[in-house]
Amino acid sequence: MDFELSDDQKMLVDTVQSFCKKESPTERLRKMRENPIGWEKKIWQQMGELGWLGVAFPEDVGGLGGSFVDAGLIIEQLGTTLVPEPFIPSVALAGSILQAGGTVAQKEQFLTPMLEGSESLAVAYLEAQSRHTVTDVQTRAEKTGNGYKLTGKKRWVLNGQGADHIVVSARTGGETRDTDGVSLFVIDPGMKGVSVNTVTCMDSHKAAMVEFDGVEVGEDRLVGQEGQARSLLELSLDYGATAACAEGAGIMQAVLSMTRNYLTEREQFGAKIGTFQALQHRCVDMFVETELGKSTATMAMIKIAAKDANERKRAVSAAKSQLGTGGGFVTRQGVQLHGGIGVTDEHDVGLYFKRMHILSALFGDEEFHVARFASLPSFEEHVATDPLAG
Amino acid sequence: MDMSFTPEQIAFRDEVRKGLREIMPERIRKKAELDQSFENEEVMEWHKALHTKGWSVPNWPKEHGGPGWDATQRFIFSEQLELGGAPALSPFGVSMVGPLIIQFGNDEQKKRFLPDIAAGTKVWCQGYSEPNSGSDLASLKTTAEKDSDGNYIVNGQKTWTTYAQYADWIFCLVRTNSQVKKQAGISFLLIDMKTDGVTAKPFLTSGNTYAFCETWFENAKVPKENLIGEENMGWTYAKALLGHERTMVAGVGISGRMLLRIKRMAKNTLRDGRPLLEDPTLRAKIARLEIKLEGLRMANYRALAGAQLGHAPGPESSILKLRGTEIQQECHDLAMEVMGHNSLSWFNEPGTVPPRQEAIPSNFNYVRAATIYAGSNEIQKNIISKLILGLPNG
Repeated sequence: MDFELSDDQKMLVDTVQSFCKKESPTERLRKMRENPIGWEKKIWQQMGELGWLGVAFPEDVGGLGGSFVDAGLIIEQLGTTLVPEPFIPSVALAGSILQAGGTVAQKEQFLTPMLEGSESLAVAYLEAQSRHTVTDVQTRAEKTGNGYKLTGKKRWVLNGQGADHIVVSARTGGETRDTDGVSLFVIDPGMKGVSVNTVTCMDSHKAAMVEFDGVEVGEDRLVGQEGQARSLLELSLDYGATAACAEGAGIMQAVLSMTRNYLTEREQFGAKIGTFQALQHRCVDMFVETELGKSTATMAMIKIAAKDANERKRAVSAAKSQLGTGGGFVTRQGVQLHGGIGVTDEHDVGLYFKRMHILSALFGDEEFHVARFASLPSFEEHVATDPLAG
Repeated sequence: MDMSFTPEQIAFRDEVRKGLREIMPERIRKKAELDQSFENEEVMEWHKALHTKGWSVPNWPKEHGGPGWDATQRFIFSEQLELGGAPALSPFGVSMVGPLIIQFGNDEQKKRFLPDIAAGTKVWCQGYSEPNSGSDLASLKTTAEKDSDGNYIVNGQKTWTTYAQYADWIFCLVRTNSQVKKQAGISFLLIDMKTDGVTAKPFLTSGNTYAFCETWFENAKVPKENLIGEENMGWTYAKALLGHERTMVAGVGISGRMLLRIKRMAKNTLRDGRPLLEDPTLRAKIARLEIKLEGLRMANYRALAGAQLGHAPGPESSILKLRGTEIQQECHDLAMEVMGHNSLSWFNEPGTVPPRQEAIPSNFNYVRAATIYAGSNEIQKNIISKLILGLPNG
């Protein structure tokens, strides 16, 4: 058991921290509202050159050969100043699918340029009816002579507005909610029949509604085995959830810190409001949830690489559910303790509040992950565990 | 980063399990398996059994009879005991006065008191709180005045003295100087419960058991040899003790056992002819509590890994008591819910409710004390607010 950062990891955290302060302080997020894709390619390029995008990927695809703990440490720091570059959709969601299911050629063509920072990716997996079920897919991919033809509508594609390539889930067999029959394809937004409509989310990030009208792709664009995309998508969303927990941990620390500072500065009734016990105890409650959030995010960052998918799911579901409750609590109370100024767009605390909602809602919300946690074999096996019996 | 135990630690855990099974008397094992409560004599019998293995004082250094385990081994040991439903040893000798004597006592005191604590042949209780000194402990008024021979004459009243009715000895904070700042006039005295003028009277607790007492001192004469360290330094010693074993206070094993118990009960309880555990609403409730416990366990692991490296307790360790005791209470709340109408009564005729359920209604009441004792959770929040968040004093 060891939770110490290595010297390399400490240096990495320091570098990301000073990068955030210099290149992307919280204020930058407001400026990005005017940007058509919501983030800047030159910053993304820098992140790629620094090795951050590829930190958790093996060297043969252009990564640094580290673990997702390293990626999590970076994402956590990016969360402290709400850096809007598409780390989660591009690296966590799309990167994990290509790494786990892509061919050598696909990795070379789509993964490596992304890890270098010259391109970015997205995953189109949500549909109007699908909620958190990855196999609830109506978009269809019909087999053609030498490939597939995709038709359907995807919603809330994170970085769909900025991506050079989009991984799309589409049904090659079975009915809407069958667990088998879903496949993954890499499409380019410029392909004939693809339309991308950008939407601005409440956290100032952008996403896209993407429609496919008879989009033709070759067989070389199929990722993984035909009809067997479920486990790749589950893995991808678990990476997304873990990244969300890491970012959420950064957000909680930032909100706790700005709230604590506000309590030591703001005066009412002739005293610093931080002397009032009701507010002190609320701030301590925020501290407790922040520490738990950090702890469970670390657990997910470690267990995401577990060979046993159920072990991974248990840790990720626990962490993501904790993010929903604890992260929600910290950011809501952050706004409350700031009073009126917390409800303005002028103050940063509202930006963190909004981003936390987005992170909670994505990749399985609290309710979804509680239900998944309770459906895993470990939930029942627990009944049989008794160290002193037998 | 790594959150798994090493192969050596896993082997240690297995050795602990095997050892515990070997020494556990049959009568205790049967009760443990069914999650039943233990009488004081059973706790002491178990203490003596652990002593035969050299495992009764896991947190003591080897020279005083401890097994010489590191922080992680102590955690593993304690968690296995808790998960197995074994009787919890009285903490007052093993975890409180023992380590305090080791740290601040003289050689004579170590020789005189430590072997009996380790062997479980003397029972200790704690004399800190008074009727008017609860959270404001330093305001305590029990006095110890020196007589002409330099011995102490103790007068006053202590309260919440848990298991004083079984105790041979009590360790007390007493006022030896009332002319100085309240913390600076307190001394640490060891008092034989058989001393003339010492009387303990148990309270009937809300759990319908006799757990803690009121203890009176009327001109009780205490030999000067029973003073720990220097006079008027008692507050400093007591505070130093609070820093001990911060990684154990979360009780993740205790709550883990309770969750296991809740699931077992829910599996064996029917609703509309189906096991209650299959009900998605209840499953979600249990899952939410288990997830909370997973978070606490991770925070505990972080604290433990720090302690293993000899680091001072980090911020994560300050939440362990706070969140750990809340979870213990929530476990009992949920257990009562699963019991349904079986939760209406207690101390029933055998066979009235399943054996695994028997102790729960009483514990549901007594576990309220968990967020009150050892510094109430509100006091814990005051401490975190000041020491960790640096919020200003009022």
